[in-house]
Amino acid sequence: MGNHALSYGAMLGRSQVIAAYPITPQTQVVELLSEMCADKTLDAMFIKVESEHSAMAACLGASLSGARTFTATSAQGLALMHELLHWASGGRLPVVMGNINRAMAPGWSIWSDQNDSLSQRDTGWIQFYCANNQEVLDTVIQAFKVSEKLLIPSMVILDAFTLSHTYEVVDIPEQEKVDEFLPPFKPEITLTPDDPHAFGGLTSPEHYFELRYKLQKDMEKVEALIEKTGREYEKMFGRYLGIVEEHLCDDADLIFITSGTMGSTAKVGVDELRKEGIKAGNLRIKVFRPFPFDVVRNVIKGARKVAVVDRNISYGHHGMFFQEVKSAVFGHSDGIPIFGFITGLGGRDITPSTFREIAQYVREKEKPEENIVWIGVKK
Amino acid sequence: MKKKNRAQKIIFKSEKEFPLMPMSVGSMLFNKTGAWRNIKPVIDLENCIQCGICWKFCPDVAIIIEDEWPVIDYDYCKGCGLCAEECPSKCIAMVEEEK
Repeated sequence: MGNHALSYGAMLGRSQVIAAYPITPQTQVVELLSEMCADKTLDAMFIKVESEHSAMAACLGASLSGARTFTATSAQGLALMHELLHWASGGRLPVVMGNINRAMAPGWSIWSDQNDSLSQRDTGWIQFYCANNQEVLDTVIQAFKVSEKLLIPSMVILDAFTLSHTYEVVDIPEQEKVDEFLPPFKPEITLTPDDPHAFGGLTSPEHYFELRYKLQKDMEKVEALIEKTGREYEKMFGRYLGIVEEHLCDDADLIFITSGTMGSTAKVGVDELRKEGIKAGNLRIKVFRPFPFDVVRNVIKGARKVAVVDRNISYGHHGMFFQEVKSAVFGHSDGIPIFGFITGLGGRDITPSTFREIAQYVREKEKPEENIVWIGVKK
Repeated sequence: MKKKNRAQKIIFKSEKEFPLMPMSVGSMLFNKTGAWRNIKPVIDLENCIQCGICWKFCPDVAIIIEDEWPVIDYDYCKGCGLCAEECPSKCIAMVEEEK
């Protein structure tokens, strides 16, 4: 299951410190990791903590002392970590965290939508959205490599239940080969008595600005590094880990833009539409932060219409992927109509027929008439 | 002590000189927090029993033991009074600072 794919990713990556607090649907991630630590399958320190805030705090201390660090959470747990997410990125500590997408309460939910992780989009973390359990495992290993090279933390994100609790066959790479791909974490600056410093202390206006400038400049290098490590991974393990996944986009009139598991559901929808003679395609965005502006622009430039499907909402605005895609083409666009759809909030099923419904709407309209088209609301 | 005399405020001229992460780069040598003090501890060495409790408790590490006697580093003592409170022979007095 997806939860265990995360655990195996953390194990194969040889995490040295794991601090986590259980929350459904994440619980099994840390259950398995604690067992691995107990029976020495994984030589790591497992720190029991009293909240997600403390879990991240423990990870930060461990990471600063030079340990490879992993944690996992969901929804309210991620929200409780919010303050420390800024500490991780601002402190340049390459923690890797699994987040199982779960809708925010109230009403209390354990089912999937993206509002928990997308609410953290401005905290300076790299965000990967996965579409299957193999990708989850592989991405954890890649995330350690990318994060540690640029000293920026990563979130590996998967859908509640659709991935977290669904069993599927996952190839577990050999430890020796993973070690070859991912050498031990050796940061230049660490918390050590040999060279004592205070970290994260008062920083005056004379210096704060430049620290943020440097974080953004390094964030701008992430995309190329994901491409490079993704190819490297492909060479060693036969699976490419890219920034986006295209499905029949080259000659498509209508391109869906999706993320997470609905990105693979969309492929089925696209295939069905193609059988009916509708030239559809699907662009699944895997990396949301940093947002791949150029890639998205290039893929959609030949399309006649684009439909962005969001399983999230920014209240008072609209779907968040829709915002980003529009900002990617603004100033470049030759006027491709881009439609924004919201569906599947709180774990409501997204099926191939959802995409059929979206395609039908888009074919009927010349231009978007509203910023949010709701699919599946009981009216 | 020699180090302190050379202390100066560090201001980076270019972002390239910055460390990646916010960290101390010696500013405490310049930033003498003793200036925050309103009352200061004064030790009556005649009653001092050399127990070292003031040295242990000082939260600013501003008490040094020299030749087995406690010496207060007024460059960094903020005057919190913990040493006076904890001293078992009550030989530390907190005295109003003269400005």
